[in-house]
Amino acid sequence: MSLSYVVRRLLLAIPSLLGISVVLFTVLALAPGDPFGELMTNPNVPASVQLALRAQFGLDDPVYIRYFHWLFSMLHGDWGFSFASRMDVATLIMQRLVVTLAVLGSAQLLAVLVAIPIGILAAAKPYSLFDQVANTFAFIGFSLPTFFTGLLAILLFSITLDWLPFVFQSNLSQTGLAWWWAEFKQTIMPICVLGLFQGAALVRYVRSSVLDVIRLDYVTTARSKGIGERKVLMRHVVRNALIPVVTIVALQLPIVFGGAIVTEQIFRVPGIGSLLISSILTNDTPVVMGVTFVFAALVIIFNLIADLLYGLLDPRITYR
Amino acid sequence: MASSTPASLTADAAPVLPAPVLAPHVSPTREAWRRFRRHKLAVFSLVVLTLIAIGVVFGPWLWPVSISDIDFSAMLQGPSWAHPFGTDDLGQDLLARIIYGGRISLGVGLAAMFVAVFVGVTIGAISGMASARVDAALMWLTDMFLALPQLPLLLLIIYLFRDQLKMLLGAQGGVFVMIVVVIGGLRWMPLTRLVRAQFLSLREKEFVEAARALGASRMRLMMRHILPNALGPVIVAGSIEVANAIIAESTLSFLGLGFPPDIPSWGRILFDAKDQLDNAPHWALFSGSAIFLTVLTINYIGDGLRDALDPRRVL
Repeated sequence: MSLSYVVRRLLLAIPSLLGISVVLFTVLALAPGDPFGELMTNPNVPASVQLALRAQFGLDDPVYIRYFHWLFSMLHGDWGFSFASRMDVATLIMQRLVVTLAVLGSAQLLAVLVAIPIGILAAAKPYSLFDQVANTFAFIGFSLPTFFTGLLAILLFSITLDWLPFVFQSNLSQTGLAWWWAEFKQTIMPICVLGLFQGAALVRYVRSSVLDVIRLDYVTTARSKGIGERKVLMRHVVRNALIPVVTIVALQLPIVFGGAIVTEQIFRVPGIGSLLISSILTNDTPVVMGVTFVFAALVIIFNLIADLLYGLLDPRITYR
Repeated sequence: MASSTPASLTADAAPVLPAPVLAPHVSPTREAWRRFRRHKLAVFSLVVLTLIAIGVVFGPWLWPVSISDIDFSAMLQGPSWAHPFGTDDLGQDLLARIIYGGRISLGVGLAAMFVAVFVGVTIGAISGMASARVDAALMWLTDMFLALPQLPLLLLIIYLFRDQLKMLLGAQGGVFVMIVVVIGGLRWMPLTRLVRAQFLSLREKEFVEAARALGASRMRLMMRHILPNALGPVIVAGSIEVANAIIAESTLSFLGLGFPPDIPSWGRILFDAKDQLDNAPHWALFSGSAIFLTVLTINYIGDGLRDALDPRRVL
């Protein structure tokens, strides 16, 4: 992978980030309601003060100047003040982001660990019994929305069996090993619900990707040289078949975020997903904007990482 | 594919006889149906989904119970003869509410699919026919929309615009139109890429060149020759899109930001049920299973349609 490829990818990410920021700002600018709406109807505030305030906060500027003001303050990390939590939006989001990334990362890891072996085994013997069973479970898995599986898991493991707690506690009283055990018990359900949903979708991609490669001539060559079937599969097929899977994992992230919002809400995990919902319900606009912006930035960053990995794994990409 | 070779070369020499070796001409629809039938689960799913649709459309006549009759003597009851699906925390009959919710959920799914297909096919067709510069710009736009975080943006738009639309179109209509437009408007990108790819390959085919040589305008080429041939994958993707839209609507309602409580869509019923999981699990189970069953059957039908409509697939 050459340096110019990396630089080109980085430069290509800038217009997308700008484009997304334009979309967000447009939505915000088109929305009804005025940040000073309450002030306007307040008879105790004289009109001259209102106008001065509007001018001071730049509400009367042309729209493109407002956009650049907004963009620069977003890039500076100056995201405003949360009315509901009484603290800076940036601080608030950073506090919550760690939890979200930990849950998302573990779930995605689980999805990959489940999907890749099953997908490979299913593709190794297409239309066998194992393939059909795996396919059926994959269909059921991604037809079960996370909000329903989450409730089913709570119903089974928390209410009926009483094995796991269903309310997430961020300040556990235990210490040492007991803390880890309690932490494990309270995160296992959200991670499994999210991870198995992602895994179900991923199994089909892995399977079709392996099937695409397994038909190629070089695989037949490897077989005819007398290399064992197992070795052909692992050394020749899988290494190439997994390259597109890297991209799929990254491209699915916007969907994963959707699932993360839902699972955080069901299990009351204090991440940015549940923060988004609670701030929407309390009309806390700066937080809503901040969280949406963070989600957008995360998607772009992960797409970038996927592209770079793609270039690293597949040297042909670089010379395009 | 059945080939029907017209005997035009020999037509002058001898009267045309039906050649016994040729397979009888099969219409594309019939051929697709023949392939679809081989996918047993898809056929079964089609039957189940049809039953759900019939139940949802004609249900209110078969089960004429009001969705909003409050009965405090029958709160949170499990299934019984009087209430086959049980009751909720206000003693409202759940079967009636799920029948009503199915109309909303299926309606949103279909309508959002049509929005997504319309936008996706339009942009994809323009992109596939237009100059390289327009194509690049449209594809950049598509890629950017693909990178948008869908659910956060959906929530943001609904958060910002719901009051205005409610005033404009009334509570029920406003929420319905907004949810359909927003879900459809954020899901057209895969269809665009699909249609563009089809157009790029089809526009170089001989039959299109023949039509062009005969003087067909670009519009006619697009509407009469290319688009009908590009529809197969669109139908497949569109069917899956219905399932996605139903999940998106249920997610919104489940987060409390979709339909209001007096319009019980399936997701909304689940949202109301989630705080009573320990007392009344049937409440969540029936509404959740309705979503699951519908989405699963639609996904299987989509899989069957892929078998049926993908000409590269040999069965």
